[in-house]
Amino acid sequence: MLRAPKFELATPTSLGEAIALLAEAGPSGMVIAGGTDLMPNLKHELFTPSLVVSLARIPELHGIRRATDGSLVIGAMSSLESIAENALVREQAPALAQAASLIAGPQLRSMGTLGGNVLLDTRCQWYNQTYFWREALGFCLKKDGSKYHVVEGGAKCVAAASNDSAPALMTLDAELGFESAAGRRSVRIEEFWLADGIFNKRHAQGEILVELTIPKTPAGHRGAYGKLRERGSIDFPLLGVAARLDVDDQGTVSRADLVVTALAARPHRVTKAGELLVGTRPGDPQGELAAEFRARLAELARLAHKQCHPLENIPGDAAWRKAMVPVYVRRTFEAAARRAGPVHHL
Amino acid sequence: MAARDIHGPAPPWGDEFRVVGKPTRKLDGLAKATGAAIYTDDIQLPGMLHAKTLRSTQAHARIRSIDTRAARALKGVHGVITGADLPIRYGVIPWTQDENALAVDKVRFIGDPVAAVAAVDEDTANAALKLIRVEYEPLHAYFDPREAAARHDPAIHEGRKEGNVSKHVRLEFGPVDELAAAADVVLEDEYSFHGSTHAPIEPHCAVATCSADGLLTVWSATQITHYVHRALAQVLEHPPQKIRVIQPCLGGAFGGKSDPFSLEFCVAKLAMLTGRPVKMLYTREEVFYAHRGRHPMSLKYRTAAGRDGRITSVDAKILIDGGSYSSFGLVTTYYAGQLLTGPYDFPSYRFDSTRVFTNKPPCGPKRGHGSVQPRFAFEVQLDQLAEKLELDPIELRRRNFQGERTRTVNGQRITSNGFLACLDQVERASGWKSKRGQMPFGRGVGVAGSMYISGTNYPVYPNKMPQAGVQLKVDRSGLVTVFTGGNDIGQGSNSMCAMIVAEELGVPLEHVRVVAADTDLCPVDLGAYSSRVTFMVGNATIDACRKLRSQIVSAVARVWQCAPERVRLMPGVVIDLEDPARSLSTAAAFQCAEEHFDTLGSTGSYNTPTLGGDYRGGTIGASPAYSFTAHVVEASVDTETGRITVHDVWCAHDCGRALNPMLVAGQIEGSVYMGIAEALLEEHRVNRLGLHAGPSLLDYRLPTSVDTPELHALIVESLDPEGPYGAKEAGEGPLHSSIPALSNAIFDAVGIRMKHLPFTPGRVLELLGEKSEREARARGGVETGGRV
Repeated sequence: MLRAPKFELATPTSLGEAIALLAEAGPSGMVIAGGTDLMPNLKHELFTPSLVVSLARIPELHGIRRATDGSLVIGAMSSLESIAENALVREQAPALAQAASLIAGPQLRSMGTLGGNVLLDTRCQWYNQTYFWREALGFCLKKDGSKYHVVEGGAKCVAAASNDSAPALMTLDAELGFESAAGRRSVRIEEFWLADGIFNKRHAQGEILVELTIPKTPAGHRGAYGKLRERGSIDFPLLGVAARLDVDDQGTVSRADLVVTALAARPHRVTKAGELLVGTRPGDPQGELAAEFRARLAELARLAHKQCHPLENIPGDAAWRKAMVPVYVRRTFEAAARRAGPVHHL
Repeated sequence: MAARDIHGPAPPWGDEFRVVGKPTRKLDGLAKATGAAIYTDDIQLPGMLHAKTLRSTQAHARIRSIDTRAARALKGVHGVITGADLPIRYGVIPWTQDENALAVDKVRFIGDPVAAVAAVDEDTANAALKLIRVEYEPLHAYFDPREAAARHDPAIHEGRKEGNVSKHVRLEFGPVDELAAAADVVLEDEYSFHGSTHAPIEPHCAVATCSADGLLTVWSATQITHYVHRALAQVLEHPPQKIRVIQPCLGGAFGGKSDPFSLEFCVAKLAMLTGRPVKMLYTREEVFYAHRGRHPMSLKYRTAAGRDGRITSVDAKILIDGGSYSSFGLVTTYYAGQLLTGPYDFPSYRFDSTRVFTNKPPCGPKRGHGSVQPRFAFEVQLDQLAEKLELDPIELRRRNFQGERTRTVNGQRITSNGFLACLDQVERASGWKSKRGQMPFGRGVGVAGSMYISGTNYPVYPNKMPQAGVQLKVDRSGLVTVFTGGNDIGQGSNSMCAMIVAEELGVPLEHVRVVAADTDLCPVDLGAYSSRVTFMVGNATIDACRKLRSQIVSAVARVWQCAPERVRLMPGVVIDLEDPARSLSTAAAFQCAEEHFDTLGSTGSYNTPTLGGDYRGGTIGASPAYSFTAHVVEASVDTETGRITVHDVWCAHDCGRALNPMLVAGQIEGSVYMGIAEALLEEHRVNRLGLHAGPSLLDYRLPTSVDTPELHALIVESLDPEGPYGAKEAGEGPLHSSIPALSNAIFDAVGIRMKHLPFTPGRVLELLGEKSEREARARGGVETGGRV
């Protein structure tokens, strides 16, 4: 078995205590939530913290509730399993519930947290390897080295955003609430990402993600998530597609949104989704979808295909991942229109 | 072969079997399920050190120097060894010993072992590895077998006149070209098979201790204790009488634990040097470097046949990527050709197989050693033949059936052969007749057949001693202990021995204990490989039982003053057939025999008859009995994503007689799971820089339970004349034809031929695109199809 480097583990019982511990530790401190991302990364010596602060015993980080303004407030330590199964989330944020239901496998979903998935490190086949492997490679841009491997002659780290929850949360206008020694900060998830595989988040040292707020979605909100992967469980996405359709009482789309991920360092919003789909009528969720809606959707799928350029950053056939963009965009919107989903191969 | 080696398919007591043939749980099932079973890594000895291996970061390089001074100076480090400490080479095949426990002078793949450290704990050993300085002089590295076949400088193994060719075999039987020239139809095509690995759940592990008087004991997760024993004696130059090798409970092997491995020598050497017990457990990544998995092969086949579908000529040319060492490669190169000559009869056959070295983890025997790849190519080609002749693929296979009690074109003796029954069963169970060509576009069924060996008469080191030995000890309490060198690697061979003893001696199953795979206690057996254990150890167990049985019967007959024919050993009781009032408990009968014959015990053994063709290599692949298999796979293809879904696999396997139907079904299901896994998901790939593309269970995609189709195990019993009660193998044969049956099902579903493994969705889309272009051209249209 691989050994994790030695570190001190702190198990504070209040947020204040955790913030103080992290502030004191500085860059050598790290946070552990469910540990499903951090532990393998520690064993691969991608991180070598001297202090790891567990958030497991901090009550403020747990729980899913509806706020007085109708928005959904989710504690960052909520398990992915609870996100997938919670009735409020399923009703108000179906794309998020679906995305959570497809993360990893059942055991990992019971340990892994929503906050942990949002803050997931970017992934790359040249990076998520043991120290020995990376040493034999001559290391890489993201960790311990200066060489670029994904495309010969490349110069920028393109490790892929691989968190299924992120695109769903983007379509839901989620806000991330952080606390640190400097106080409380709230950021729209749209503005949280950086197009840099080395570190793709505007996340400062010592900041703890406390909760996520999802504004109230209208009654006709529909959402779905599509995930491409080789196996029916465990694997990170080769492509993730989140779709949003808000349909008014006339049956007309009032808002549409499309975010794809697992292609590049940050999730990508296909901005034309609204322009193409708003004003169309999807038609009967139980019957045949309307021809005009399907035609607009085909146009959106073509557009998404043009905009997406997967690289050989994560394992898997990049050409196939690209070919699947329009298929998954179409299928995921169809699922949303039908109040179905998730889109998955099982 | 001595008379002792054939016991016939009948029950020992005439009328019916009382234990054999009944679905029975494994002896160690409860211990494994409760966590009580002791695996090698569970062993903790007082003062035990932990060892780790430093591995090569270079794919091909000369070692200029190794500086271990800083590692030795680290507190807690007790021993550091390099190739200089273990200079003697080894290898499972005596003629191709090209491995060192730790690299001597050069390294041949990324992951090749270079040095080993023993320290007070794993962290200290790992820290010491980072202090070892190795200076390499890089050499040109070979990742493409075609290049290795053509270029010999630099040589991966120096001083061989064949350069980078590890083994070449060309054998020809009958007028191959003449019959092809005269045939009604000739099919010629190319196929390829990628690399895959065993991925046993238990990583390799070994523990060694050496007593003050030089007794070296090694516990190892091996499937061949006897070869480890021999190799340790050779490499350590330690007398074999002073070495004891024990295989504890084992967590899967599938061929991947058949070779002697670096860690066994390293723990032994470090234990001898430090005077303390030493353990080494491979990480999952290291298991991928130890490898010995399925050889990647490029295969060309030309099959000729008459209009009636009868095959007249088969010609094969195969290039095999062996990786960096020989391992079992000599045998692989033969098996790639020798094991194709059934269940079909053809009058002429030629194969030309070349195995080359490349700078990758060494390949070796994986479940269906050497013959899974050719079987894939050939069975797809048979489907192409059926298509061309517009024959039902099952009918084509029936027409070419070789029959029972016959000889193959390459001189192998066929005894029992239940292949027709296998075809009948899968045809019926799958609903073949109402499905083939009749389901909606996108869904299809495919068939394939195969055969495999039940051990071979070719021991890896030449000798005329028995291939399997068993010893029985009888206790006055009624307990019988079986001592066998046979390795139970999870397949249940210990349970098989116990069932035979219970059947033969009339003792309840729970009164039989099995002590296995301990070289001090057990007679030699050649180990768990080539599907030999049930056949050979089973026969040896019957042999031992019958000797003991005749003593018990004659002692009781003497007391009862009756003819021995009247004494019958029933479960727990010995009865007089003609006087039901007279009986003894089994324990009392044992005591009676002990009074008369003194301490009771017996030995039994098995050796193969003389087999094989009269030509060089003619004994390789010669088996005392062959198993036969047929698969039908039902699959569908999503033509938009290219994704293949396997719904059902029906596998009918002729295992001669199912001694324990529960374990036979388990072997069939496990084999099919493994076959479909390597067809669709698993890939052992080395990237352009020589690094394993994903040496972890995240990136090496073993199917999970949700990825696994419905498996239908159908048992066919042909009652082999020489197997124990008629039994043959069931552990490897049922893998073979699952893969071509899937390819053939995809053809039935969407009309494309999957000739290259693995069957990825990207490849499916490419072929669908080519197909729709072809069809558009044929219609004279300008439509484009394929990838969206």
